[in-house]
Amino acid sequence: MIQLEHVTKTYPKASRPSLDEVSVGIEKGEFVFFIGPSGSGKSTIIKLLLHEVTPNQGRVVVNGRDVTSMRSWKIPNFRRSIGCVFQDFRLLPNRTAYENVAFALEVIGKTKAVARRVVPEVLELVGLGGKEHRYPHELSGGEQQRVAVARAFVNRPLILLADEPTGNLDPDTSIEIMRLLDRINRTGTTVVMVTHDSNIVNQMRRRVVEIESGRIVRDQARGVYG
Amino acid sequence: MQRLKYVLSEVLVGLWRNVTMTVAMIITLAVSLAMLGASGLMYLQVNSMKDFYYDQIEVAIFLNNDVTDQQRSDLDNALKSDPLVAEVIYESKEQAHEKFKTMYADAPDLVNAVKPGQLPESFRVRLKNPEQFQQINDKYKNNEGVETIVDQQRLLDKIFNILGSVQNMALLAASIMAIAALLLVGNTIQVAAYSKRREVAVMKLVGASNWFIQAPFVLEAVVAGLIGSIIAFVGLFLGKLFLLDGSLRDLTELLTPLSWADVLLMFPLMAGVGALVSAVTAWVTLRFYLRV
Repeated sequence: MIQLEHVTKTYPKASRPSLDEVSVGIEKGEFVFFIGPSGSGKSTIIKLLLHEVTPNQGRVVVNGRDVTSMRSWKIPNFRRSIGCVFQDFRLLPNRTAYENVAFALEVIGKTKAVARRVVPEVLELVGLGGKEHRYPHELSGGEQQRVAVARAFVNRPLILLADEPTGNLDPDTSIEIMRLLDRINRTGTTVVMVTHDSNIVNQMRRRVVEIESGRIVRDQARGVYG
Repeated sequence: MQRLKYVLSEVLVGLWRNVTMTVAMIITLAVSLAMLGASGLMYLQVNSMKDFYYDQIEVAIFLNNDVTDQQRSDLDNALKSDPLVAEVIYESKEQAHEKFKTMYADAPDLVNAVKPGQLPESFRVRLKNPEQFQQINDKYKNNEGVETIVDQQRLLDKIFNILGSVQNMALLAASIMAIAALLLVGNTIQVAAYSKRREVAVMKLVGASNWFIQAPFVLEAVVAGLIGSIIAFVGLFLGKLFLLDGSLRDLTELLTPLSWADVLLMFPLMAGVGALVSAVTAWVTLRFYLRV
């Protein structure tokens, strides 16, 4: 599903590479944690997979497509097969939960009728039934992140990328979000999560890839943080 | 349909959100386009005047007071068989005086002061190509009985030169205003892109196509360009109505009249230039401020 082959990424003006000759493969339906201290390069992986940055060396293959050499006009379509969740939720403050999710559908050309059918369903799935018409500031942090997950999942993407999704949440809420991601993973969606939340990694007992100074130092099938 | 509605409502919201800047942008665009339209009209005008007057201008060969009949008929024959000449008309002293009287009918004192016979007789020569005056001049200036040879084209050229430089000045002013207008368009688009950065970030994230992200911004600029060209057209329309057909009527009648069709013709020019230039500016701005 996802292949990184000898990927090196050095940001302009950086003294050392963020990722240094990294090779890793992720199968369809897997749930993988990328862990490591701040600045270890784990977030760069998400950016590479989204084609927000391109590697200096090596190949990134997602869903059988070489992202590295992808034409820029093909990127939008490519991104529709990937859902994405961030630490800061990235919701539109002037739109309700329903409108935030519907917006993601409308801007890729889905009709209002499709949105009316699909959005309540996915909001129900993430546990926000009855709160569709609340604005982000009327929702708790955990609920806002659920909206973000709903938006990422509404297109039924093959891959869900999560960049520190629990970074702004308290431990109990974090665990609820993790249950949600786990449920999404069980529908067959590949989940790639970048985190440094040891609690969560230890509870989930999923594959752990540890990165330090741009290199993979550990890759364990049912790992813990630590 | 859905997406078109979205894009159009975004355009209106975008123009309204920053209404002072939008107004400034539209006014500069309008002034710049009006200048462009005016210089376009002047260009058409100068061309039609050239066609009109160059067709009528003649070379006047004035004869000496003591010219003999022999000299006159020799010159007449020479001119009539000259391949450069299209037409020769002889104007006697009496005819010259008649013409003088009608031309200066407003000034009877002047007319009375000039007696018949004081004005020289002349050959009025129309050339096949008005540019060939020099050859005619060289050929006939030393003929017996010729006083002077006058080229009316020189006079017209002076007028056309003045019109030409007025036109150039209008074009220069139009380009300077255009630079200001383009900077304003760029700035407006930048502000619009900034105020919509969250939406744009989400759109990129969920894979909205580039044209869909950029279209509202580009269309915003195009709409401003079109509104500017409409205002510029109204300006030209009023200028023709009140200036050329109004207070400057006498001057207009002296020159060839400016037709409404020509004024109307400027509208597609201004609208096209306005819309296209704004769209390109917006698009280029977006390439810098909205990396997709």
